[in-house]
Amino acid sequence: MEPFERYRPIIDDFEAFLEACRRPLGTAVRVNTIKASVDRTIAVLEETGVAYEQADWNPRVLTLETDSPGSTWTSFHGFTYGQEEVSAVPAGVLDPQPGERVWDACGAPGGKTTQIAALMDDQGTVVANDNNLGRLSALRFNAERLGATSLAVTNQDARNFSMKPFDFDSFDRALVDAPCSCEGTIRKNPDALEDWSEDHLHSVAGIQKGILRRAIQTTREGGTVVYSTCTFAPEENEAVVQHALETESCEVVDFDLALEHSSGLESWDDEEFDSSLENAARIYPHQNDTGGFFVAKLEVTA
Amino acid sequence: MAGERSEGDDERASETPESGELEENVGYRFDRLPATADERRVEGRASREEVIEYFHDRFGIPPETFDEYTFWEKGAGKIWVYAGEAPSPIEIEAIGMTCLRTRQEHWKPTTDAVQRFGPYATDCVIELSREEARAFTDGQDQELEWDGDWGYLIAAHEIGVEPEGRPGRDGDAVEGGKLEPLGVGLYVHGELQSVVPKGRQRSVSDAR
Repeated sequence: MEPFERYRPIIDDFEAFLEACRRPLGTAVRVNTIKASVDRTIAVLEETGVAYEQADWNPRVLTLETDSPGSTWTSFHGFTYGQEEVSAVPAGVLDPQPGERVWDACGAPGGKTTQIAALMDDQGTVVANDNNLGRLSALRFNAERLGATSLAVTNQDARNFSMKPFDFDSFDRALVDAPCSCEGTIRKNPDALEDWSEDHLHSVAGIQKGILRRAIQTTREGGTVVYSTCTFAPEENEAVVQHALETESCEVVDFDLALEHSSGLESWDDEEFDSSLENAARIYPHQNDTGGFFVAKLEVTA
Repeated sequence: MAGERSEGDDERASETPESGELEENVGYRFDRLPATADERRVEGRASREEVIEYFHDRFGIPPETFDEYTFWEKGAGKIWVYAGEAPSPIEIEAIGMTCLRTRQEHWKPTTDAVQRFGPYATDCVIELSREEARAFTDGQDQELEWDGDWGYLIAAHEIGVEPEGRPGRDGDAVEGGKLEPLGVGLYVHGELQSVVPKGRQRSVSDAR
């Protein structure tokens, strides 16, 4: 937990934060509405004796009382998908609509991709990309189990993603759920901080900036880009969005989020960020008893 | 918003060989199926019409179920069903989901397609008890009675009836309960063989 000391000045009730980070997380699943309604899924859980709790902020997010969520009937039928509660946030902020063209730049292993497809009623085009072929095979397996038919799966480096395979030249929306230092997954992976270093944050941030810029370039004017990570480091969050504001035509916009959260930072170390970054959301583990997360919503302006 | 999609499926005109002979299938890319057998330009390729007919004739799935989908072939006989936009041919990793294996005597639907589109099926659906469903899901073959056609069947069970179908009081009959497809089974000689792929098999445990 030592690396987290650098966040003492920016996190309210820092002791509660540390304490939450030490507690393991419950087993959360998302209801896959491509295959079953929330009511139907709950009926199966009740019939098969799996106790559950529904999240206040999102009726499609359930916490199950089982150690093996993959061995339930709801999982076999593709009604549920194991997905941490906060990781259901960014697809909701993206708010994709049926019939749209959407890019998921770092899609594997497919939880958010299939959530995007579900929010679109599985109608439209979701281009699910990842640079890692092994992780893409997990995405394909998961997508088929969940019955998603609107995905086109690509294996490219998102930083210089080519639209060439397709006959359209821009997306309506894009999600950049970026590879990151994963500090916020500490409750799930206790060794998440093992290889932590400031150098690592900076090198990952370089990749994140490249992917976010490409997402803005490939999204139409007036379209939406959501940037998210599961980390607390401002170098990988506000600083990445700040870089996009300085280099691409976009602005940070406000969004509703029914989970308790903190505003994005306006400065870190010696760097000042645009005041619009306070519209971004930082979700800390002690606020809702979840993992940690960062989400920013951008509108493309040219 | 998404652009308009052309009616039906068609292969690119550029694929038409000058001699009028059929071309060979190219295994590494996705090609959209021709609308009908008459428009076929690639040797042995199934048409959209044949695929839809198969699901209708064998399982009673209404043809209009697939109105908003296109069908594609990649590899030898693997058919994919897709709801989005794409030009044909296209070289990407996947398009929609695999739904059917063709280019063999008996076409075989995939487990995941049967789970996705099987709820519309009326024929060749074998209903399993919970115990039988558990064995099927675990990949086990079992001896079962079945009066219908042999061959590939949709194995299904009743589970989690929708609230409106639930009994109002204990002891009332459950109405409106529909069967939920588990996957594909091969029925021959009094035995239902589970063909759920290894990676998809699960030992499902009920708490009760």
